[in-house]
Amino acid sequence: MNNQVYLNTVRFIVLVFIQVLLLNHINFLGYINPYVYILFIALFPVKNNRLIVIFLSFLLGLAIDLFLDSGGIHAAACVFIAYIRPVILKSSFGMVYEYQAIKFSNVEFGQKLTYVSLLTIIHHIVLFSLEIFSFSNIILVIQKTLFSSIFTIFLIIIGTIIFSQKSK
Amino acid sequence: MQQIFNFIIRNKNFLLFLLLFCLSILFTIQSHSYHKSKFINSANFLTGGVYNSINNISEYFHLQSQNQDLAEENRRLRSLLRNAGIKTDSIFIDSLSFNTVYKFYNAKIIKNSYSLTNNVLTLNHGKKTGIKQDFGVISPKGIIGIIDKTSKNFSTVISILNTTTRISAQLNKTNHFGTLAWNGKSPQYVQLIDIPKVAPLKQGDTIITSGRSSIFPKGILVGTIESFKLDIVENYYELNVKLFNDMTNLEHVYVIENLNNSELNNLLNGN
Repeated sequence: MNNQVYLNTVRFIVLVFIQVLLLNHINFLGYINPYVYILFIALFPVKNNRLIVIFLSFLLGLAIDLFLDSGGIHAAACVFIAYIRPVILKSSFGMVYEYQAIKFSNVEFGQKLTYVSLLTIIHHIVLFSLEIFSFSNIILVIQKTLFSSIFTIFLIIIGTIIFSQKSK
Repeated sequence: MQQIFNFIIRNKNFLLFLLLFCLSILFTIQSHSYHKSKFINSANFLTGGVYNSINNISEYFHLQSQNQDLAEENRRLRSLLRNAGIKTDSIFIDSLSFNTVYKFYNAKIIKNSYSLTNNVLTLNHGKKTGIKQDFGVISPKGIIGIIDKTSKNFSTVISILNTTTRISAQLNKTNHFGTLAWNGKSPQYVQLIDIPKVAPLKQGDTIITSGRSSIFPKGILVGTIESFKLDIVENYYELNVKLFNDMTNLEHVYVIENLNNSELNNLLNGN
């Protein structure tokens, strides 16, 4: 249990710093940035209390917002995906989730891809709707969501593959 | 009473979610209205410190291009000094009266941002240097933005690449003026709206600040006209302005204080 707390604390801090100092400066084609910090929410242990997940996600989003001067858009998006995470877990892993026996390092690749994609796309839709904050620019929201999602999903999948091999 | 407690315990997840979500939305709305976001800004000890220490390293990678920009500015200022009295296309139209009204501070950008729709930059000087809210920020090549929040050692700048920014600007040739705004699309272009239909426009004309607000002096360079069209009601032009500044590559900037600011504001508010 202590090991879990330690691991997640380190992951929290490392992801915030990677996001703020590295990934926000990529600006691929002018505006496409990956938001890989949601990996923290995706990999948070399933068995834990949901209150803790929601609250930690809020802190994570707020930390990113502090660095980016973006008000509360990341916090809102993070809280949202943390709240609906059980639904996504159930729809992408099915019965395995019911028995509370998921280990992210040894699920099937397809299931993992569905899970990460759903989480990322929902996060990005909330994020960019709040950032742009107007219905007249809905095309821009969709465009940003689509391109950034592809980038984020790609990096998260690569990241999880690399780190799961290291832990063996 | 029992039922209320039961309800709260049963729905505790949803209630916490609702509370935190509303709180984030509140922060977001605050950040959209000018000067209102109190807590969430990068001009604090922690984030400012982190950006400052990282910038100390990363600035070495841009030394060459920054030196070129500064040398270019030196060259321009030197040529102005030699040709004093000849009106040229630059910031210092009247250098004598200019220096008495405005005070300049040096600063460095430690966090640049241009890919969002509301971009905010962070500077490495704050209240201790004398920087306050509503001071203008310019680079050697042109306009950057307006100071928003200040802490002891850091300050945030609302960039012109921010959909909430409104700055008064005019044509260099004539005195037709309008408002600079940004549509959130490209960091190379800003939009100048409300230019009257009678104004003679040509592609490539220079746009400068108008000096109608107390923030920027008249004549700071903004950019050149890339294209223009009439707006929906066909009374005003909408101009697409190509910035002189490369907003994606900024380091050394100047903060401008208008020493007559309080006098001007008193006069305007008194009436």
